[in-house]
Amino acid sequence: MSMATEPSGVPLLEARGLTVRFGKVTALKGLDLTAPPGQVLAILGPNGAGKTTFVRTVATLVRPTSGSLLVYGRDVVRDPAGVRRDIGLAGQFAAVEPTMTGRENLEMTARLFGHGRTAAKRAAAVVIEQLSLGEVADRRASSYSGGQRRRLDLGASLVGGPRLLLLDEPTTGLDPVSRCEVWDAVRGLAADGTSILLTTHYLDEADELADRVVVIDHGAVVASGTLSRLKASIGQDVIEVAVTEPGKLSAVAQILERVTSNSARLEPGGRHASVPAPGGPAELASVIACLAEAAIAVDEIGLRRPTLDEVFLTLTDEAKISPAPAGASMNGSAR
Amino acid sequence: MTVTQAVASPAIGRPARTPGVASAALQVALRALRKYVRTPGLIVMGVVQSALFLFSFRYVFGGAIHAGAGISYVEFLVPAYVASIVLFTGGGIAVAVAEDRAEGFTDRLLSLPVPRYSLVLGRTLADSITNVWSVLTTAAFGFLFGFRLPGSWLDGLAALGLCVLYAVVFTSVFIVMGLFAPSPQAAQGMSLIVFVFAFLSSGYVPATSMPGWLQPFSKYQPVTPMVDAVRSLLTGSASDVGLALAWSALLIVVFTPVAVLRYRRA
Repeated sequence: MSMATEPSGVPLLEARGLTVRFGKVTALKGLDLTAPPGQVLAILGPNGAGKTTFVRTVATLVRPTSGSLLVYGRDVVRDPAGVRRDIGLAGQFAAVEPTMTGRENLEMTARLFGHGRTAAKRAAAVVIEQLSLGEVADRRASSYSGGQRRRLDLGASLVGGPRLLLLDEPTTGLDPVSRCEVWDAVRGLAADGTSILLTTHYLDEADELADRVVVIDHGAVVASGTLSRLKASIGQDVIEVAVTEPGKLSAVAQILERVTSNSARLEPGGRHASVPAPGGPAELASVIACLAEAAIAVDEIGLRRPTLDEVFLTLTDEAKISPAPAGASMNGSAR
Repeated sequence: MTVTQAVASPAIGRPARTPGVASAALQVALRALRKYVRTPGLIVMGVVQSALFLFSFRYVFGGAIHAGAGISYVEFLVPAYVASIVLFTGGGIAVAVAEDRAEGFTDRLLSLPVPRYSLVLGRTLADSITNVWSVLTTAAFGFLFGFRLPGSWLDGLAALGLCVLYAVVFTSVFIVMGLFAPSPQAAQGMSLIVFVFAFLSSGYVPATSMPGWLQPFSKYQPVTPMVDAVRSLLTGSASDVGLALAWSALLIVVFTPVAVLRYRRA
């Protein structure tokens, strides 16, 4: 609500041909992106895609090699100090001082944002309330659970009243309960109108929190839009088969391709094949019928949601790799 | 409830201005000092280590070392030991700086609208204070293990002042080490390098007792004139305090800007 006073027309983020190189490694390769304020934007991508580098560039911790990046219209190279006043960063690790209490951590960070003593105390109190840290606020952070630590870290990025909150993999390494705590906190902030940029490699996290999603890979944007639109284009189920005899794999692949009209992915030298199946259960039934007719024995066959790897493969339109057997039920495959 | 929240969140306004250098440095220093004071292991280990080293030199090796005509080993050792104690205990600074980088704390600080050099200033302030604490406790152990001031209290205070100056000087060296170390473990390893400068000085044995090829290194490295200056203030022996001050100034002038520049891209 409070953010409704933003001058309209100034984008939250505006990246043009943003390139960041570390020695020989190119982390961002001509990334283009425009994001409006007042939204939760999720940057999604596999490990090494450039998500963290992008956040660090927005946070003025990394200088672009070329291209430009504006945060609320301020250039990260020409006016880094101005950008820093607008942002709050909660990085991949909870950057709180464990030997200090939650309140001490928040007050310290508030002072470093420029608040006076009284204003810092008040900002800390507001954040403690906002993130439900009241019970533990006066205990040392070393005694906090993982979720409490992350929430405290989140709080530390809020005490300066930032216009943009940067969350780099906010729930990585958290147990499911802590994860939900952090999600609730982020949802609360978003409801208050804070603009949030978060990175994640969990589809469901983007699903829970984000208004808009940008998928990046190899340092460039490969897809962007609302999550529902993105899912509609990539959210096909996958038929996965484990054959009994590895020699029959190519015959299975032919059946899979004939039924679904998609190209199958084969595990090189292995027994697994998979294929996107837009027709879902009906196509699975056809495949089973065809396999029976051809008298090909299988150890396992089933329909499952695509893994994130497969989503990225679809988006980046890459060639065949082995399917990821992890997560699929693998009964009868001990051999 | 939603209404109160909507009212509550704008209560955190954006600060009207960015923090000044002194105020930001103070916050950075306070946090480092709190960490030090609230981690009992850090203080205890520092004190135990300095006492143990001094005990070993004084009572174990000392009997076999001939310090020179007319001077007992304890008189020879203690001034130099107090002057160079920070070289042994300062490794913790390098480790702490490297840990802050590894754990994202430095990133957090750098994402805040604080003047860049206030980070180095705050760090230097805090670590200088812990180093001065090392110097004072070590001096106390020196007296406990049999050292007595040969001259006046005033000379003693001047010598102590010089040791405190060195504590500040070496702080910047260890900060730079922590900023360049690829990991906290590496910082620990790198801080052992300075042991070489301590041992290959005139601090523990007379430099003239070293093999000839080693003597030039011992003579021209900074720690030798620094410990000699402290000794000369106490015993009235002729040594160049000016040279020690010049080395101190040079080390600060070289290492502090390196630390400031390195912090920008830590």
